[in-house]
Amino acid sequence: MDISLQKVEYRYAAGSPFEKLAIEDVSFSVPSGQYVAIIGHTGSGKSTVLQHLNALLKPTAGSVVIGDRTVRAGRKEKELKSIRQKVGIVFQFPEQQLFEETVLKDICYGPMNFGVSEEEAKNRAEYWIEEVGLSREILNQSPFDLSGGQMRRVAIAGVLAMQPDLIVLDEPTAGLDPRGRKEMMDMFYRLHKERNLSMILVTHSMEDASVYADKIVIMHKGKKVHEGTPREIFADAEKLKQWDLSVPEVVHFQRLLEHKTGILFPVVCLTMEELVAQWKQLSGGHPL
Amino acid sequence: MKKPIISLDSITFRYPNSVHDVLKQVSFSIHEGEWVAIVGHNGSGKSTLAKLINGLYFPENGEIHIAGIKLDNSTVWDTRKHIGMVFQNPDNQFVGTTVQDDVAFGLENHGVPYEDMVKRVIGALKQVKMDDFLNQEPHHLSGGQKQRVAIASVLALRPDIIILDEATSMLDPHGREEIISLVRQLKEVQGLTVLSITHDLEEAAKADRIIVMNDGEVFQTGTPDEIFKLGDELVKLGLDLPFPIKMANTFKEQGVPLQGQYLTEEELVIELWTSHFKK
Repeated sequence: MDISLQKVEYRYAAGSPFEKLAIEDVSFSVPSGQYVAIIGHTGSGKSTVLQHLNALLKPTAGSVVIGDRTVRAGRKEKELKSIRQKVGIVFQFPEQQLFEETVLKDICYGPMNFGVSEEEAKNRAEYWIEEVGLSREILNQSPFDLSGGQMRRVAIAGVLAMQPDLIVLDEPTAGLDPRGRKEMMDMFYRLHKERNLSMILVTHSMEDASVYADKIVIMHKGKKVHEGTPREIFADAEKLKQWDLSVPEVVHFQRLLEHKTGILFPVVCLTMEELVAQWKQLSGGHPL
Repeated sequence: MKKPIISLDSITFRYPNSVHDVLKQVSFSIHEGEWVAIVGHNGSGKSTLAKLINGLYFPENGEIHIAGIKLDNSTVWDTRKHIGMVFQNPDNQFVGTTVQDDVAFGLENHGVPYEDMVKRVIGALKQVKMDDFLNQEPHHLSGGQKQRVAIASVLALRPDIIILDEATSMLDPHGREEIISLVRQLKEVQGLTVLSITHDLEEAAKADRIIVMNDGEVFQTGTPDEIFKLGDELVKLGLDLPFPIKMANTFKEQGVPLQGQYLTEEELVIELWTSHFKK
């Protein structure tokens, strides 16, 4: 399922004295199976963009194409359910949305809302609970007796159980410890690869954007200001600075090394392994 | 000799309906004007520590002293006057309909006169660079902006101790740096004591001292330098190493010989540079 935003504008409280322009003229596309990261400084409009992806917000100008549906400004849209079933959004701190008595009921809630039978919903719950790295035994427990990290996985299983074509992740690892963070990001990447799921990751982490994404979209003051592959985006630290963004640590280190030694690397290295391999080649003529 | 402003003596605690202790025999003290970071994996007990220090729960065993006062049921309102707490998610701590109302809320509760209140509200919002947003509705702000307002609300009450419970984890790197340098400034100029609870070792590296928690116990206490020398032991605890150490380890793994430990990128670059030009 392809997604595209076409000249999208959104004004909060349009027509009232509190009207505020949140985003304008935002266009980009997410072809089926692609992993796109949206980065931008606090307040750049990332969250507003995100809410357009399953028609939680409707543009005040422009249009959003979600598969075979188009949500256009000024047109009343019927039957948004089919859009919301295709696009699963994992909001920040999704564990706060848990509410059922048991983990099983909580995971089944979403799919059953979309017309899936109870039996099928249960099958899906049993399947997805293991996919997110928890055991089936947990299904009969209250979600509120679980640890924060487990609760988040349950909430994510609930989104996955709706079997969306596109998953939108809003800072999915906020508050997790470094090990939990890596496990979670690796899990999403595996789902993306194995099932050809499209992914949109909203993140502050330049590291995650550079390692996982095929494409990066940069938001600044409500506008899309740049778009490209991680290597293109992170090649120009100066450009990023004007949008209050930085490069991943490894790129920063590469620049420092180049500056000090006068040796220029032919490419921007996005991982530590890449950087070491380049360094060994470049310094190959000299014994280390 | 600096005097302790927070001290914990053999604290043991378990949550109601739980079968295991979240904190086991935890003792440490924090001095006036010191910045201490508590790090540890999810579930290591670090947030529980913050709740005990603020008297949201009371320990099963052991004693806590805040500014010389023994913390218990009868003194909790006195000890809380010394402490300002900022939590991870600012959405859970908004009460006002505008940014300035929200910051004023705590002051009204403390009976601060109107004139003084206005000054304090604006002053606190200036400190966190949110004074352009006085009449905005908090729920229209982005996560990072909300957190800055939450910090302003605490600053307006002028506590001696500020506890940051994962307070920067929702901010972007730029916002995080801004808050960290703000905290440092508050500590240095106003002599504020800072206790920051965090996963972020880069943030912890800025503190005077780090306490590493593991499964409810104090695993190690020391300066950032001392703590980072633990290397892989920290990784085993679910934590991460600062970038220069990870980078140096990758060089070593790929057969590039390096001596010693590098806590800054500059140190590592110099080592690579000199070894490269050594014939």
